[in-house]
Amino acid sequence: MIVEDNLKNVVDEGKVSGFQFGARLPYYRGVSLSMLEEIEVSVDGKVLPQDKVHLIVRDNTYNLKQREEELDDRWEMGEVVNLFIEKEEGLPKGKHQLGLKVNIRIGYLPFPAIRNAQKEITIE
Amino acid sequence: MNHSIKRGVSLYSYQEEFFLKKMSLEDCIAATAATGATGIEIVGEQSIPGCPNIPSDKFVVQWFEWMDKYNVTPVAHDMFLDYNKKKGHYYTDEEAVESFKKDIRFAHKLGFKIIRVIVNTTPQIMEKVIPYAEDHDIKLGIEVHAPWHINSPWMTRHWEVMEKTGTKHFGFIPDMGGFTKRLAMVQVNRLIRQGADPEIAKFVCEQHEKGVMAEYTIYEVSRMSDRRIDMAVAELSRHNTFANPISLKEHMDRIVHVHGKFYDMTEDFIEPSIPYEDVINVLKDGGYNGYICSEYEGNRHIQDIQEVDSVLQVKRHQQMLVNYGVK
Repeated sequence: MIVEDNLKNVVDEGKVSGFQFGARLPYYRGVSLSMLEEIEVSVDGKVLPQDKVHLIVRDNTYNLKQREEELDDRWEMGEVVNLFIEKEEGLPKGKHQLGLKVNIRIGYLPFPAIRNAQKEITIE
Repeated sequence: MNHSIKRGVSLYSYQEEFFLKKMSLEDCIAATAATGATGIEIVGEQSIPGCPNIPSDKFVVQWFEWMDKYNVTPVAHDMFLDYNKKKGHYYTDEEAVESFKKDIRFAHKLGFKIIRVIVNTTPQIMEKVIPYAEDHDIKLGIEVHAPWHINSPWMTRHWEVMEKTGTKHFGFIPDMGGFTKRLAMVQVNRLIRQGADPEIAKFVCEQHEKGVMAEYTIYEVSRMSDRRIDMAVAELSRHNTFANPISLKEHMDRIVHVHGKFYDMTEDFIEPSIPYEDVINVLKDGGYNGYICSEYEGNRHIQDIQEVDSVLQVKRHQQMLVNYGVK
């Protein structure tokens, strides 16, 4: 689920505005963004607010509300999208434990489909 | 009775390699053809970006070029009905029908003659889309997937729609997972790796094979352990059901397609958990002349300890079908 290749602190107008990393949808088909019930990111065991998580799908960036309302654009199977997390000063240099929880609302399942991943990452 | 059962592969089988971009869509089609299978099944939303929107003309041309190049035929598209796609809103019947029609147009455009209907689709929706499917010459099949079996109450409601409408464009798609006589060891062993008690796992497997009702086994296990992981093993017996293959017999003219679900193929072409030969014999005797499409689902249970080789697994499964007389 967590793809380290795109990991970095993001600099916006000379200031670090947050960090980003790549992610793959933990499911066997693509889904419309509206079906992503929750995307929760944690760093070193601390859960970050979900409304700080933005989803960058190809050329479009979605905040939480935009994502929930997006019925057409999709996170496709195996597609690496970027998650951008607003966080002043981003992540400090060094090793961190990155956590990702994705909860997908799926019509035929009577329960939420929740997947968790953890990965040790290094910010350089 | 004469049968002319045909072999196909659901590209769902190659999902591990496809997800990791080790195989492209064309690679999956080529791997299918290399087994001698002639039919292609897809989960549209897995294989083709943008599905169920109609793909570009360029893609459609490419698709049929692949079909010619590898000498295979589009057989079935597996659709979904995400009635809770909009947050906080449940599809009205009209919205559900519109969503379904999109899949019919998608399947038709790519030459599929069958749509696998996801099991949560209601009989009322089926009745409303049948005329549209007839117009597009697409046969719809409700998937009979464990823990349902072909005579489950839900399937009976769908059967009523088939009877009532008298249509030739709606029937059943039995999934071989509904004939799980012995629990799949790839599933059991994964739970043991996650901490389940091997003795409890052994007990559950024995009860399942004997045909003991899952609720009894679950209750017994709840008295042996209060750990969630041990209950998960017991619950395998509830989700993976076994029906007598003879149950297909009276529905034979309503079977439009078969999902060849499998978990693990041995080197000598045996699927230890599913008595394939028995099921195939019932299909042969009944004169079934559709496809059986391989649907490998062991990947997710072994990916934590070994590299998944879906291509090899599918190849063995296809050889097994040949060994049981499916040419």
